[in-house]
Amino acid sequence: MSTRQGMSLIVKTVTNIIVGFIFIYGVYIILHGHLTPGGGFAGGVIIAGAFILRFLAFGSGAKSEKKSLNTASMFESAGGILFIGIAILGLLLAGTFFLNFLPKGTPFYLLSAGIIPLCNIAISIKVGAGLFSIFLALAAMKYVMED
Amino acid sequence: MIELYLFLVFTIIAAIVATEIKDLLAAVISLGAVGFSVAIIFVLIQAPDLAIVQIVIEVLTIVIFVAVILRTTHIDETIGKKLSGTHIFSIVLYAVFALLFLIVIFRSFQEMPDFGNPIMRVASEYIRLGLPQTGGANIVADVILDFRALDTLGEATVLFTAVIGVVALMRKSGRKK
Repeated sequence: MSTRQGMSLIVKTVTNIIVGFIFIYGVYIILHGHLTPGGGFAGGVIIAGAFILRFLAFGSGAKSEKKSLNTASMFESAGGILFIGIAILGLLLAGTFFLNFLPKGTPFYLLSAGIIPLCNIAISIKVGAGLFSIFLALAAMKYVMED
Repeated sequence: MIELYLFLVFTIIAAIVATEIKDLLAAVISLGAVGFSVAIIFVLIQAPDLAIVQIVIEVLTIVIFVAVILRTTHIDETIGKKLSGTHIFSIVLYAVFALLFLIVIFRSFQEMPDFGNPIMRVASEYIRLGLPQTGGANIVADVILDFRALDTLGEATVLFTAVIGVVALMRKSGRKK
């Protein structure tokens, strides 16, 4: 990897330190979505922001961009299928689309609220990968223009 | 409540600056000021869920806008030009319709209930049954992922369609040389 790619050394060092914390914060927002403000959508966007920060600071070539775009699209579809899968599972197990079929648990505990945490995780994968693939598609436009 | 009105006025001023300034980078920064003051307004009227989403979406859009502007042009050439006849006609038409809208909306605003007292009863049902029926402590998550999960599915579909549209428009393969 050449050092000329991406931004300056200062930006790269700061990004290296901070990007993991942003990612962990996004995961926290998702997993506590049924207890505190936040949830799948906000957490997914924060995770996409971590990826975009890394991408902007370090840069990448046309080939790896294409590969990342394919991976992000795949993750987005997987998140959508997971979300609908949870809904259809409710239909199969108890006869209602989107039924909260899991046990409710004790309120204010991490493992509570039935399917709501699972739905949050599915939505976060979908939203995060979707926004990142929009960003990648816009960034890959540069190479299309150059051809 | 005075700080709420302060931020509302600030939002309006920043929005006007964003449309009228000649340097596009400054316009984007002004747009960011609009977004962040809207986020603060969400916090002030006690909607932290919306505030979190507003902040992260605002950061993302500003990053994308700045990336586009740095690669294209800084100057908005349409501002400061002499107005043509059709421009003046459309501005007058807009002013007339805005005045009509304000007259109509003034009457309906007088019949609106006070802040915090919704017209529809369904909200109080959600608040009453949210915790016992779903077990989730965050009432917003209870509503969007249990009571009204089908709406969330529709929202996810909208985002999915948007992503498909962008990726299809920006694709490399199949583009005419």
